[in-house]
Amino acid sequence: MTLESTAPSGAETSFSVEAVRAQFPALQQKVAGHPLAYLDSAASSQKPECVIERMADFYRHDYANVHRGVHELSQRATKLYEGARDTVKDFIGAAHREEVIFTRGTTESLNLVAQTLGRQRLGEGDKVLITEMEHHSNIVPWQQICAATGAQLEVAPIDDRGQLLLEEFERRLDRHTRIVAISHVSNALGTINPIGDLIQRARRCGAFIVVDGAQAVPHLAVDVRELDCDFYAFSSHKMYGPGSIGVLYGKQELLEDLPPWQGGGDMIRSVRFSGTEYAPLPYKFEAGTPNIVAAAGLAAAIEFLQELGLESVAAAEDRLLEYGEGLLSAIPEVRLIGTAECKAAVLSFIVEGVHPHDLGTILDQDGIAVRAGHHCAQPLMERFGVPATLRASLGVYNTTEELDRLAASLEKAVELFR
Amino acid sequence: MSDLRELYQEVILDHYKRPRNFGALEEPCSTAQGYNPLCGDQVKVSLLSKDGTIEDVRFEGVGCAITTASASMMTEAVKGRPVNEAEALFESFHKVLIGEAELGDADLGKLEALTGVREYPVRIKCATLPWHALRAAIEGEEEQVTTE
Repeated sequence: MTLESTAPSGAETSFSVEAVRAQFPALQQKVAGHPLAYLDSAASSQKPECVIERMADFYRHDYANVHRGVHELSQRATKLYEGARDTVKDFIGAAHREEVIFTRGTTESLNLVAQTLGRQRLGEGDKVLITEMEHHSNIVPWQQICAATGAQLEVAPIDDRGQLLLEEFERRLDRHTRIVAISHVSNALGTINPIGDLIQRARRCGAFIVVDGAQAVPHLAVDVRELDCDFYAFSSHKMYGPGSIGVLYGKQELLEDLPPWQGGGDMIRSVRFSGTEYAPLPYKFEAGTPNIVAAAGLAAAIEFLQELGLESVAAAEDRLLEYGEGLLSAIPEVRLIGTAECKAAVLSFIVEGVHPHDLGTILDQDGIAVRAGHHCAQPLMERFGVPATLRASLGVYNTTEELDRLAASLEKAVELFR
Repeated sequence: MSDLRELYQEVILDHYKRPRNFGALEEPCSTAQGYNPLCGDQVKVSLLSKDGTIEDVRFEGVGCAITTASASMMTEAVKGRPVNEAEALFESFHKVLIGEAELGDADLGKLEALTGVREYPVRIKCATLPWHALRAAIEGEEEQVTTE
């Protein structure tokens, strides 16, 4: 897997999309009398049977709290929960299992870093650098910690295709830049950032590097050691796993050095009124009973993706993207927002004369699920001068027929509003 | 398609493409902003009322067809009417949209064209957004009102 990602074009897809679809119960239904075309995976993906079953089995047979019982079920639950941590570690290429912290999702992971690293390292005159294409979850936590510490938030701009302007990014990096927080893949545009290159540039000025990988992990093979990022955050629910669980990867020596974030059970070694000794990694950052069963579900989702092979996934989605872009470009009223050279399978667009919200309703009547809105990236919408876009985001189960239906439905909407 | 025609009737598309009373009043007695955080739509209503009657009302902003048409039709429906009648009209309109009143029990006039939105629960807020803004303007609320 190269740093800048996407599999070589023309790479063989080793899985049959029909066989993949058959594994997703939710995709077997009709909506408004049409087979459901689910084109909203960037918001949240559907779940395969293996994930649902793994979790149901866990609840049926093995459920108990983790890390504290001598009884059989607690031992089984602990084994499954900690086994999931090992699966995640191998999946992202982390060096140690202690570097994998379970959180509620990307948002919580980013808040954890902002509140611990930010509080520890930021002060007056320091800078945090983000980009114009960030999701609100990689903007607001930094605004909050900057306000609390007196640091400045800087924003690196993008070009009209939705690509980061490298020289502008570079120009904002100096010895005052303490933290660089960037998305690997843009949720609203699909842009794949040249993350390896950005990390190397940020590294040269000594900044800590935090990567929002929520939209990357379901589509590309990610190797955190190869990237050499300090922190990498992602969610399970966008990668075919259950909701309310995610991961924060951090380099061990950095995590060791950070103060804990939330206090409570599980994150302590011993508690006395005179003082508390914290638990070692990763538990120092996992206060309270975790989402035990969801961790096992995430492990099942990872195994599902590994079975398909992320190279094959990227190749299949690339072909779908190309096909979809061809179809949409052929409709004169459609303007694609986000046409980066290197892109994940996201089609963000507006249609002249038809508001995205109306389009969303019209497509829904044809059984097509898309997202209409600002995609939690309001500054980005402002950058492109639109209040909202329509976003069709693709996953392993999508087909060219579904994209044909999307295009036909859009043409119908244009006709209706003409 | 027939269902969609029910929602997007000609009269709605007409108000969407050619909104009436669009813009701001030069000397309003009050203005209010309505915001739908779900889709980012914004409607600003400026109001001129005298002796309990709405003498003039205009709106501006960006919105979907339902929001824009509803705003446009609202201005036509309330202009020249007593404030309390305008408020009562919103009340009846709202009740029909959320299914608390039958269409036949309310005299909605031209606003009837908008009631197709009943079949699309997530879109009801689009139709009521301009009315929330109008009510805020009537009550002299300065803070932005939202549909949430």
